[in-house]
Amino acid sequence: METLFEVENLRGGYHRRKDVIKGVSFKIYKQDILGIIGPNGSGKTTLLRLMTRLLNPQAGSLRLEGEDIRCMGLLEFCRKTACVGQDMSINFPFTVFEVVLIGRTPHLKRLQFETKKDLAIARDCLSMTDTSGLSGKYLDELSAGERQRVIIAKALAQEPVLLFLDEPTSHLDITHQIQILDLLKKLNRDNGLTIAMVLHDLNLASEYCNRLVLINEGSIFKEGAPEEVLTYQNIEAVYKTVVVVEKNPISNKPYVILVSGRKHGN
Amino acid sequence: MFAVLLLVIGAALLNGPARIPLRELLLQENRQILNLRLLRVLAAISVGSGLTVCGMVLQAILRNSLAEPYLLGTSSGAGLAAVIAVSIGVSGLYLPFLAFFGAIISIIIVYCLAREQGRVRPESLILSGVVVSIAFHAIMVFVVSISKNEAIYGLAWWLWGSLQVLDPGLLFSVSFVVFSGVCLIYLFAQDLNAISLGEEEAVHLGVRIETVKKILIALVALITSCLVSICGIIGFVGLIVPHMMRLSLGSNHKVLIPIGCLAASIFMITCDIISRSVAGPLEVPIGIITALIGAPLFFILFKRQQKAR
Repeated sequence: METLFEVENLRGGYHRRKDVIKGVSFKIYKQDILGIIGPNGSGKTTLLRLMTRLLNPQAGSLRLEGEDIRCMGLLEFCRKTACVGQDMSINFPFTVFEVVLIGRTPHLKRLQFETKKDLAIARDCLSMTDTSGLSGKYLDELSAGERQRVIIAKALAQEPVLLFLDEPTSHLDITHQIQILDLLKKLNRDNGLTIAMVLHDLNLASEYCNRLVLINEGSIFKEGAPEEVLTYQNIEAVYKTVVVVEKNPISNKPYVILVSGRKHGN
Repeated sequence: MFAVLLLVIGAALLNGPARIPLRELLLQENRQILNLRLLRVLAAISVGSGLTVCGMVLQAILRNSLAEPYLLGTSSGAGLAAVIAVSIGVSGLYLPFLAFFGAIISIIIVYCLAREQGRVRPESLILSGVVVSIAFHAIMVFVVSISKNEAIYGLAWWLWGSLQVLDPGLLFSVSFVVFSGVCLIYLFAQDLNAISLGEEEAVHLGVRIETVKKILIALVALITSCLVSICGIIGFVGLIVPHMMRLSLGSNHKVLIPIGCLAASIFMITCDIISRSVAGPLEVPIGIITALIGAPLFFILFKRQQKAR
């Protein structure tokens, strides 16, 4: 498989804690769906922030299509990748269409107004995410699921080859969790979009991702297909919780069952 | 809107303590009066456009609807400098320059207080702005209360704002700074749209956020300091006009900035006409008129918007 994005010996973190990520290497293949999983505080979100240039790495390299992203202008990087963050707070009355149109920013020159082409792309993104009917509504009138689809539409308006998402299902009920992940799966299948996302729910990660990276304390604990990563030994070692791993009868993917009241090692 | 602007400019030129018909106004002997009124119109346009655009910028980068141009401490810094200068007997001619330096110094203090590890968080900037403003204001009141210099009460015009600029050269240079500043800010209109969605969102959209923020804050600081040094503190315009524009035009800064300038100019010229004519030959401070007209106008728009939803 062809490599799209390569992380090599990546180290980095924040001003006060510089070593959240301690030497991580992995690859994102073209047209893959990669899931980044791990316990709270293991560095999943930090890793994503390093990969999307919100944070500067201390050491190591990140390459997109073989090119070091630090040699690439931020605008060029944002024409090729997009990121759906954990929450977007908006204080101003933006309509859905306006928000999606802002996704065209990296493609606009200074002082350039959006062209017909930009408007057409924004409309396409709305219909791809099934939000065309919401176009004129204000963002604060939407439900959490609708809102998340609009934010994904905004990211798609950047026309990325690689889409990063940070816990895209975190505030949603099961209907909307499935709806969002089905949408991502469809975009991956129909449009060839490569997806890398941080996920909290192990079973959703197992269902939807082709490959998983299990992070523990800033390093990779295990990487591979869901069957290889989601074993009860791995999960118990990283999450310090007793689980049983069965198979989902429909998809044959691993299914993690929690066992109450038992600490690992008891 | 251009037509409305021309209309109010015309009205402003015709109105004044001395009632002169248009035909006589254009005569040579009345040239002085005409010039004086034209200067006021220029001052009104500069103040309106400058403060409105600065308000829009600060509301977007601080993502706070209560942000206004004086939030960075310009008004209290300039006020303090002016009061100290008058109380130790400095001539009124130097007042604008001292006020300008007071404003710049207070912005530098606010900015340094808010800075941490090379970046400026919006919340810190708001807090340090408020703290510095309150402290400087307190010192200013203190100086006024212990001062034995009568001239200090003459500064009242300054605290409520005035469009009466005595030195045309000074007004021209301030207007020049304001308009170039506004044009430079307009270059960042799309960046402001992206920043309205959040700082991290803006980075994901390719905006070099810390650099852009520094440039914008510097421009806002320069514009407000210039304006406050010649016109005093004209409240409400920089807060209310941006909101009225957002309510009626949406949130695209590429549209908001130019139309906002037009609307603010119309608003300021109208307020100036009222401030000169409401109490006969006496002039009501313009800051009072902007607040008295702005508040109900805003309220009407706000209610209509709520109903439309």
